[in-house]
Amino acid sequence: MIKAEHLSKDFGKVKAVDSISFEVEKHENLILLGTSGCGKTTTLKMINRLIEPTSGSIFINGKNIMDQPPELLRRGIGYVLQNNGLFPHYTVAENIAVVPQLLGWDKKRADKRISELLEKLHLTKDYLKAYPRELSGGQQQRVGLARALVADPEVLLMDEPFGALDNVTRSKIHAEFKALDELKRKTIIMVTHDVQEAFELGDRICLMDKGKIVQDGTPADLLFKPKNDFVRNFLKEQKLHLEFKTISLDDIWEWLPSKQKHTTAKPLSAATDFWTALEHFNFDHADAITIKNKETGDVKLASFEELMSAFYQFKKQTPHE
Amino acid sequence: MNEHQQNLWEFMQQQSDKLLTQTLQHIGLTFISLLIAVLIGLPLGIFIARKKRFSGPVLGVAGILQTVPSIALLGFMIPLLGIGAKPAIVALLLYALLPILRNTFTGITGVDAAVKEAAVAMGMSKRQVLFKVELPLAMPVIFAGIRTATVITVGVATLASYIAAGGLGEFIFGGISLNNTNMILAGAIPAALLAIMFDFLLARLQKLNIKKLKTATATLPLLLVLLSSFYLLPSAYGSKLKAGFTPEFMGRRDGNLGLISTYGLKIQTLVINDAVMYKACYEKQLDVISGYSTDGRLKAYDLVVLDDDKFIFPPYYAAPIVRNDALKKFPELETTLNLLSGKINDSVMTALNYRTDYLHQSPERVAKDFLVANKLYKPAGGGNAGVVRIGSKIFGEQYILASMYSMLIKGYTDYDVSTKTGLGGTKICFDALTNNQIDFYPEYTGTGLLAILQPSTKIIDSLTHSKDKTYGYVQEQFEKKYQIKWLKPIGFNNAYALMMRKKQAKTLKIKTISNLKRYLETNKR
Repeated sequence: MIKAEHLSKDFGKVKAVDSISFEVEKHENLILLGTSGCGKTTTLKMINRLIEPTSGSIFINGKNIMDQPPELLRRGIGYVLQNNGLFPHYTVAENIAVVPQLLGWDKKRADKRISELLEKLHLTKDYLKAYPRELSGGQQQRVGLARALVADPEVLLMDEPFGALDNVTRSKIHAEFKALDELKRKTIIMVTHDVQEAFELGDRICLMDKGKIVQDGTPADLLFKPKNDFVRNFLKEQKLHLEFKTISLDDIWEWLPSKQKHTTAKPLSAATDFWTALEHFNFDHADAITIKNKETGDVKLASFEELMSAFYQFKKQTPHE
Repeated sequence: MNEHQQNLWEFMQQQSDKLLTQTLQHIGLTFISLLIAVLIGLPLGIFIARKKRFSGPVLGVAGILQTVPSIALLGFMIPLLGIGAKPAIVALLLYALLPILRNTFTGITGVDAAVKEAAVAMGMSKRQVLFKVELPLAMPVIFAGIRTATVITVGVATLASYIAAGGLGEFIFGGISLNNTNMILAGAIPAALLAIMFDFLLARLQKLNIKKLKTATATLPLLLVLLSSFYLLPSAYGSKLKAGFTPEFMGRRDGNLGLISTYGLKIQTLVINDAVMYKACYEKQLDVISGYSTDGRLKAYDLVVLDDDKFIFPPYYAAPIVRNDALKKFPELETTLNLLSGKINDSVMTALNYRTDYLHQSPERVAKDFLVANKLYKPAGGGNAGVVRIGSKIFGEQYILASMYSMLIKGYTDYDVSTKTGLGGTKICFDALTNNQIDFYPEYTGTGLLAILQPSTKIIDSLTHSKDKTYGYVQEQFEKKYQIKWLKPIGFNNAYALMMRKKQAKTLKIKTISNLKRYLETNKR
């Protein structure tokens, strides 16, 4: 769907982006991850030509983006900024209506689409006439998202979209983000420096450093098959947490005790991640949890110790470093 | 105080015609300049906000223009654009330019980068980003710049009267020259009110602006054009010849008022500053001017004095006037100052003035040359017996006299000298003397009589035919009223005079003021 080939950007003598290539599948969510100055934002901005590449090319649906007038290209790509970039002199409704207006939609169509989006983003109609400064940070970010989605673009670019939010608001929006059906139809490229966010939202992660892609793979790839020390060190601090979140009960199924026990408790799906499974111990004060494998219909019962031991056996088995 | 206010009110009522014309001229001048400044400043500000490398030089030049003293800027304009409205408007718009330019630049570059990026990323063209995002968001700052420019322009426009562009400055500078507080206030108060009013109105317009941007942006230029048009109102009457008189001359009985009442002279008159008047006449922008009979520029610009055949210009014999307590404090002062008495006649003074005014020699050098040639010069002594403070008005002749007195005092006495030259007009100089800011300055008998003492018409008429009578009267009255002594006259008579270009006067066969009047009457437009 999106294809970048030998993309480079020099700012004077500095190579901000150094001949990188990557591809994003349709409806995939690609995360550009890295520290400040690694070139991830520059890469993102080259896709809608906010920054013109020094060399290399980008294709969207097989069309070279340099062959289109930048204004027209951008109207077909949603863009969400870190500090939301809402127009302070426009109301919420006017902010969201910017692209429909540029595209020449009639008012009825725009209004209908705007109220539909607001509902999906849990904003009431009362906000339509409000100015951005009257909204909370989370609400502003939702309006920013609505503005990017209003014309239903195939591609969505997000530049640290949740970076300015506090932790509570951020995890709430993360949950909404994952649940939003609009986004499931999009091809998304998102920039972040937050490892947890990358693992939580990304189908695939490009870890970047000094203008180059160090590793391009699924979260599990990065975690369990790190390409080099840079990747390992990058994830080190949050490694256990990430592993808990990345591994599902399915993955450790074979090491769970095979004998079945009958319980009345509602079983957990085996697709649940390990972290959530552990949370059940805390909240339910249960001695053991019931797990049901959706594919086979098998049910297993595991205590906290059994669960942890299965986790370590899984880790031992995976080809490590 | 009550009586005083009454007087001002009476003055304003009496001069209401003039006041209205001047106010409308003032508004017109302000807004023509402002309109052009906006038309230039706004696009230029946008341009330098786009191309930042030009911003330094452009803002720098505008900043330098701003620091040029207003009078000097007006002076620079005369060789380029002559006198009247054109140079005044150009000078004013240059002053208004910087605040507009800088605020436009600051306003646009100050728009949040994220907002600008969002606008571009939404797919807006450069034009759309400018008109939909940058300009609306920069508008409060730009408006603040226009307001600053308006207030500045209203203030500086008072100086337009220096170069015959009219406005409330005519009253202000006339009042200062004539020692007439009412006249100053009649100009200054409306000018201040205009500044406050326009600032207030623009502030209101700005509030409206946020909500109804389109109407406001449409009203502003319309309003500017409307107000500008005030300036284009036709002048009172035209005549074949054009006169340029100083603000002081305009209001004096022995000036324009006498020309009207005694001669019945009707001539199209512009008010203009003394400093540019002679040149304007030489360059044929004016035909008749009010000058001084000993002015060096008379010689420089080949002008001729018209005979005052009905004696409306009283004698203006120059003499130092000294506060009595200063004479006591500096016992040798009087004899020293009197060294100059009887030494300079009209033609000598004209020649000396010619050297400073036209050959641009320094007054000190001219003064020293004269003293040396007349064997009066002595090198400076110790100067440790107190400091004598000399004042002078703001023109060459007074500078020369002040220099001569300074050298004489230093040479013949042990006093030191501090000079406070360039004290505006008569009022400023005389007030400095009575308020013990200076000890003496050279004054003219006619000025003492008409501008300071202001006796009844009857007394004036009984005095002005005789130079001795005039001198005797002012000497007696100053002693009585102000404890100020007139020392012996220096010798020359620097009286008011009407003058024309020699060549034109000859062709038109005008030798006297009566000739001029007859010519104007037979050649009406």
